[in-house]
Amino acid sequence: MAMLYSGLSLRRRKQRLYRSLRHHAAVYLFLLPGLAFFLVFTTYPILYSFVMSFTNWPIMGPAQFVGVQNYSQVLNDPIVLTAFLNAILYMAVSVPLQLGLGLLVAIGLDRPMPGRTMLRLIYYLPVITSWVVVTYIFQYLFNTDYGLINWLLMSLNVIQSPIAWLADPHKAIVVAAILGSWKGIGWAMMIFLAALQGVPVELYEAAAIDGAGKWHSFWSITLPSIRASMFFVTVLLVMGAFQVFTQIYILTAGGPADQTQVPLVWMYQQAFTNLQFGYASALSWLIAVLIVLFTMVQFWIFRPRSLNVRED
Amino acid sequence: MWVNSKATIVRFLILLTFAIIMVFPFWYMAVVSLEPNQLSLQYPPVLFPHHASFGNYVGAWQTNNFAGYFMRSLYVSVTSTVLGTLIACAAAFVVSRYRFFGRNVIYRAFLVSMMIPGMTFLLPQFKLMESLGLLNHLYGLILIYTSGMIPFTTFLMKGFFDDIPLELEDAVLMDGGTKWTLFARVAMPMATPSLVTAVLFNFMGGWDEFTMALTFLLNPNKFTFPVALMFFQGQHSTQWGEFFAAALIQTAPIVIMFVIFQRYIVKGIMAGAVKG
Repeated sequence: MAMLYSGLSLRRRKQRLYRSLRHHAAVYLFLLPGLAFFLVFTTYPILYSFVMSFTNWPIMGPAQFVGVQNYSQVLNDPIVLTAFLNAILYMAVSVPLQLGLGLLVAIGLDRPMPGRTMLRLIYYLPVITSWVVVTYIFQYLFNTDYGLINWLLMSLNVIQSPIAWLADPHKAIVVAAILGSWKGIGWAMMIFLAALQGVPVELYEAAAIDGAGKWHSFWSITLPSIRASMFFVTVLLVMGAFQVFTQIYILTAGGPADQTQVPLVWMYQQAFTNLQFGYASALSWLIAVLIVLFTMVQFWIFRPRSLNVRED
Repeated sequence: MWVNSKATIVRFLILLTFAIIMVFPFWYMAVVSLEPNQLSLQYPPVLFPHHASFGNYVGAWQTNNFAGYFMRSLYVSVTSTVLGTLIACAAAFVVSRYRFFGRNVIYRAFLVSMMIPGMTFLLPQFKLMESLGLLNHLYGLILIYTSGMIPFTTFLMKGFFDDIPLELEDAVLMDGGTKWTLFARVAMPMATPSLVTAVLFNFMGGWDEFTMALTFLLNPNKFTFPVALMFFQGQHSTQWGEFFAAALIQTAPIVIMFVIFQRYIVKGIMAGAVKG
């Protein structure tokens, strides 16, 4: 009796194992291409770059382990400091502009209006245009000698002589930040529009009955309701500010004298111009870690706060 | 209702004024591209075309071979979009539908990889391509673009597959259908709207991509459109007319696609926002 029972169970177990193997074989057939790409072109490179950041990573020949030398070189490099300060300036200009204007436009377009679809598309146009294209429009607009911006400012008597926008470090970063804002407003708008659609109309109606004005309901209903989206947009814009590349690479290439460097352009030049691959991979890891840290700090600042309900 | 509202008219006018400022750089690009090349440096600048002609467009397309760059970019972005989207759909389908060994690890690894700045991959990918002999080959670039699309598209499509009710699949299973029939006959046809979103954003990603193409392609006759634009400007820094004609040719396909598929945009942005 006992023999028979365990025999059955064994057969069943075999069947189950067989079925599970077949199931896994089928599932992994679906996964295989994606997984292969991911392991070869994503996982392997990222691990490789981490290991190589602790070596001298020569162009030819075997790499030598140098410990944290690359990292200490990066941290003692005055250009890295300039690059991060420039990224902070870029952030200080571009994040409030995109948040504020994106939100204003979204609020404006939230309710029905003639030409709403067309306007939304226009605001979104810079988002889908290539960075290379938009960077050159701005280079042309901000040209010292024949640029439209200088012409406009001089015609309006705001300035007396042309400004060399891209030759001055701070002005160049601000121009890049304005470019980034112009390109990103439509993106922020789209996210805020989706968030605003989710705010229950009943809340506004209830507030109106209570005699709340528009301004009041904006502060006490709209803003709290889209808090999650505000957070979301802010985090991504801050991350974006530290990943500026194409604008600066094309507008100034970090010059003059590395004064307009930003982290990724400096990393790129260290790798492909100065052939300092070990240094560059250490820098790229430092940037990645800083971005993650920054994001965590923002999560902490924007953490959901418990309501101040008295429990007596 | 809105016609009578004074507030709506004010709101409309403010939004319109701001929209004109937003669209102005494109207008200005178009004006310069329609003017004869020698006038692109004129001062004061012109805001309306006086001698409109398509000469710069012909010059960019034919003489400066942007037709070739256009076709090359099209080849690279279409191939990688098809590959990346299909591969990701298959992965998303099993991750959404089945329990299996390694499911959470793989999916979380995909999500984590989306948070790492893309440029972190640039150096090691360059070295990898070098050792595989893929540098300066368009199919090398296609492989890199494809792998870049997979985690995000898997995430996007998994979200969609999660919403398809299981009952629909039970009927197919009763008829003896396999996982493949479920995927090909039920899930994929139902996923068409999300598929459009994925294709739209993946194609745009490939079409506009600059940094990797700049790094992995070394030979001017292999350049994609954005890289060719940069090199053209570097060599003919004063020929803004032809440059902007080429730039608008580069921009047109994406704009047309987004106008046609407008209603698929929002979902893609909401999902893509996670990626950045």
